[in-house]
Amino acid sequence: MEQLVKKYADKLIQAKLGQSSGPSQPLVGGLDNTLVWNREADEIPVLEDVFKGLHINSLVFLKPAEPYGSLLDYLAANALKSNGLIQPKDCETRTFLHDLPVINEFCADKIVQALKKRKSVIIAPPKNNKSFKGPAIVAHGTVSPEQGFVTISSVCFASFIKFFTDYLEALQTGLATADVHALFDVIIPYVKPVQKKLPEFTPSPFPNEETVYSAIIEAGRKTIEYELVDSYFGNVSYFWNETLYISQTGSSMDELRGCIDPVPMDGSTSAGLTASSELCAHMETVSRTGCKAILHGHPKFCVILSMDCDPVEKAACSFKEHCHIKCPKKRFAGSTPIVPGEVGTGPFGLCNTLPLALEQTNSAIVYGHGLFTIGNNNFSQAFCTMLEVEDFCRNSYIKKVRLLRKA
Amino acid sequence: MYGWTGKILIIDLTKKTIGVETPDLDVYNRYVGGKGFGGRYLRQCATLPWDHPDMVICIFTGPLTGTISPTSGRAHILSKSPLTGLVGDSSVGGKLATRLKRAGWDGIVIKGKSKIPVGIMIEDNRVEFKDAKGLWGLDTNAVHKRIRPKNASLACIGPAAENGVHFASIIVDRHFAAGRSGLGLSLAKKKIKYILVGGTGHCKVKNQKKLKLAREDILRLTAASPALMGQFGFTCLGTGAVYDLMDNRRMMPTDNFRRTRFKHASKLNAAAYTRTYSPKKHGCLGCHILCKKIGTKNKNSFAMPEFETMSHFTALIGCMDTELVVKANERCNYLGMDTISAASTLACRREITGLDYTRGKVLSLLDDIAFGKGEGKDLAMGSKHYAKKMGAPKAAMAVKGLELPAYDPRGAYGMALGYALSTRGGCHLRAYPISHEIFRKPVATDRFSFSGKARIIKIAEDLNAVVDSLIACKFIFFAAGLEEYATAYEAVTGIETSAQDLLKKGECIYYNERIINAMNKFDADDDDLPDRFFTETGSSTNNIRIPPINRGAFLEARKKYYNIRGLTANGLPKKEKAQTLGLLWNNL
Ligand SMILES: [Zn+2]
Repeated sequence: MEQLVKKYADKLIQAKLGQSSGPSQPLVGGLDNTLVWNREADEIPVLEDVFKGLHINSLVFLKPAEPYGSLLDYLAANALKSNGLIQPKDCETRTFLHDLPVINEFCADKIVQALKKRKSVIIAPPKNNKSFKGPAIVAHGTVSPEQGFVTISSVCFASFIKFFTDYLEALQTGLATADVHALFDVIIPYVKPVQKKLPEFTPSPFPNEETVYSAIIEAGRKTIEYELVDSYFGNVSYFWNETLYISQTGSSMDELRGCIDPVPMDGSTSAGLTASSELCAHMETVSRTGCKAILHGHPKFCVILSMDCDPVEKAACSFKEHCHIKCPKKRFAGSTPIVPGEVGTGPFGLCNTLPLALEQTNSAIVYGHGLFTIGNNNFSQAFCTMLEVEDFCRNSYIKKVRLLRKA
Repeated sequence: MYGWTGKILIIDLTKKTIGVETPDLDVYNRYVGGKGFGGRYLRQCATLPWDHPDMVICIFTGPLTGTISPTSGRAHILSKSPLTGLVGDSSVGGKLATRLKRAGWDGIVIKGKSKIPVGIMIEDNRVEFKDAKGLWGLDTNAVHKRIRPKNASLACIGPAAENGVHFASIIVDRHFAAGRSGLGLSLAKKKIKYILVGGTGHCKVKNQKKLKLAREDILRLTAASPALMGQFGFTCLGTGAVYDLMDNRRMMPTDNFRRTRFKHASKLNAAAYTRTYSPKKHGCLGCHILCKKIGTKNKNSFAMPEFETMSHFTALIGCMDTELVVKANERCNYLGMDTISAASTLACRREITGLDYTRGKVLSLLDDIAFGKGEGKDLAMGSKHYAKKMGAPKAAMAVKGLELPAYDPRGAYGMALGYALSTRGGCHLRAYPISHEIFRKPVATDRFSFSGKARIIKIAEDLNAVVDSLIACKFIFFAAGLEEYATAYEAVTGIETSAQDLLKKGECIYYNERIINAMNKFDADDDDLPDRFFTETGSSTNNIRIPPINRGAFLEARKKYYNIRGLTANGLPKKEKAQTLGLLWNNL
């Protein structure tokens, strides 16, 4: 447990959601027979009471670093003015978190009440509160601190996406306030341009299975390094010797060693049972396109732009409550198609839409979710496309905002 | 009242009378249904012998049963186990629960003992006792053919139960077994050959719209689960999908747990069965996963073996014959006995006698067990009794007398702890650690470590106890959580709750089982694994080492568990803890 609490505190820092010193230092507690923390902190007594009130084995507490702190503060304040919930519309929230409850006090009772129902709670006391400066996120786990880590990363990701999509919509509908303009200006310097310098990848063809594994591990790690995915999730596969080598479900892109499943295309074994939820989409893509490498990440501006829809058109659309599965319009980000589809293999699963799109082009965005890119021979092509598409999306977003603000 | 029908059917077979109990809403909200209610009634006669006329057999539905809440169609059957003397319970699929609920009953409690074989027929409000003399001796398939239940659900026993097999099962709707703990024998003792349930009513839901949303959330999560809905998942390949995984992880129990790798495994996997038997999807009423597979060969249709059966009738007993597995599975279903205990007892026999099996020998021994012929009579008592009688007690691969399923605990330490501590003996489902140790859900844990496992096991036991009461299928928790099911519970019953409130109910249900077992003199000495796992290595590879489990580390984790669960150092319940949970207390 001591190792795990330290590991996930460090991971929050590596992901730039937390910091190694100052108020954004992550605090992680793990409980088996006794409770251990990654560090000492003033918040511990309250969080110990939270442990007492719940059947859990871990808690993660974080006052997120910028820009997440500011935008969470804004979203939380708005939520407290209405139903006490932040309700992002991205795929991850929709599938796993449902909504994000907000409370206005750092008190064990209120935290317990919220965590009884949901995986996380956001604490956002009013600005004049001297005893506790927010915002903070608390998330729990019943198996490992990894759960709290994943939840907090998802909350930050979802909040980021929500802020930028809401802002664009507010500009389009003429409802943007001075506050939100000001906040946008504070936040935007934190949104660094996409790194353009392409990393070196193992050249193809790969001579043996060992090289396939190490190429996948390398691709996963670089996707994280270039910040093309949140919570370290996403997935990656390579087709070699009639077998699809694919990252396992819930595996961390920077720790793929030992987490890659070889799945023969002929279905002769079911060892792919633990493979990524998108296995089906990957296999179908490989058979339709003949590509070898597939990379899937959640680059933020791809996700944000995928949800951008003309407000007038949207208001008139009969599928407006179900954009993520039923959007009837052919939409593009530059030349990259945007397709609807949910995680996995359900009737609205992206395995039905994504492979068809990738037959036409080497990249496709899934609505509110993320980007898939393919390489005919190696990861270098897929990775390069991923950077280009995200760079395009980021620039188009900023351009749109500038134009609207001028108008 | 929403969610529950408000009525429990009480049947007294000695007097041939029926009664109705109508518990208050807070009793319902406390015990929930299924396992919770079963435990409530068992507690009242906890110290009676399993075959005492006043011993109860409980069959319960849950508040979610009969609604659109996903996977709510399972029934929970509970009594004192003839095989182990512990709490004996089994969750069973098919239509039984849905029909019972629609007939207007939350559950049935059966007491007393009939003099002659009877059938119990329930048709909505009407309950009749039928003479079943003419059916006694028939196998379960023949009973099904004779009764022809059509839309009704039929639960029945076969010759194994009638002849006293301690691991006799109850077969529901031909293909679904309440396999573990020997509950078929409990029915046979009361001379019940079958229970036929027809129900046409509707289950009342407080807020159908909210329930629909909860359902959508749960379905979305299952669609995202490779283990359930992926092309290698349970929906396509049945539970047999796990076979390759266990081989790959070097934790397939082989040669009575003397090895953890069976070298023929790759030819005996789910894909091999699919090629030969082209199985079709089938499942519990209202389920969307449909993990049951029905195969066909030569125009005959039959239930395909579940994963445990596939594994134990090959690797555990040293056979490499898919046809044998299918036949043995069919024999066990027809005769009405648990495939896990049957195969494990045969594996124990093989280790002790040194005699290998042929297909013919396995099938004839299964018949001998069911009909009490020759050495079948001793084998019918289960591996623990058999091994003891043969002077080799250590060859019984069982915990508290219940034979272990097909996951070698040397390959998953949470499983080791879960097996040892389960209130029904060697069971993988009470804590189901395979979820995180193998399927990586909700997140992966280190399968070769006890770190954190004591609390993980405790929380998971509470979770599964409430899941078996709600009712939902354990498989769906590879994907969804109590968070989503709490919303379903609220929508159905109108009672405000949360994931954590439900866990709390699970804790009470589970602690009550610990009390029942303690009242029957079970303690820490029984919460243990067979020696083999602490002394012998499994089948390692260059990358995966399968050493014996470190006994010190195991005992340390068990000690932590006792502390977290609120038990004494000897594994016994405490008065103070029982009272905090609002449970009755008996001095032990
Ligand atoms: Zn994704």
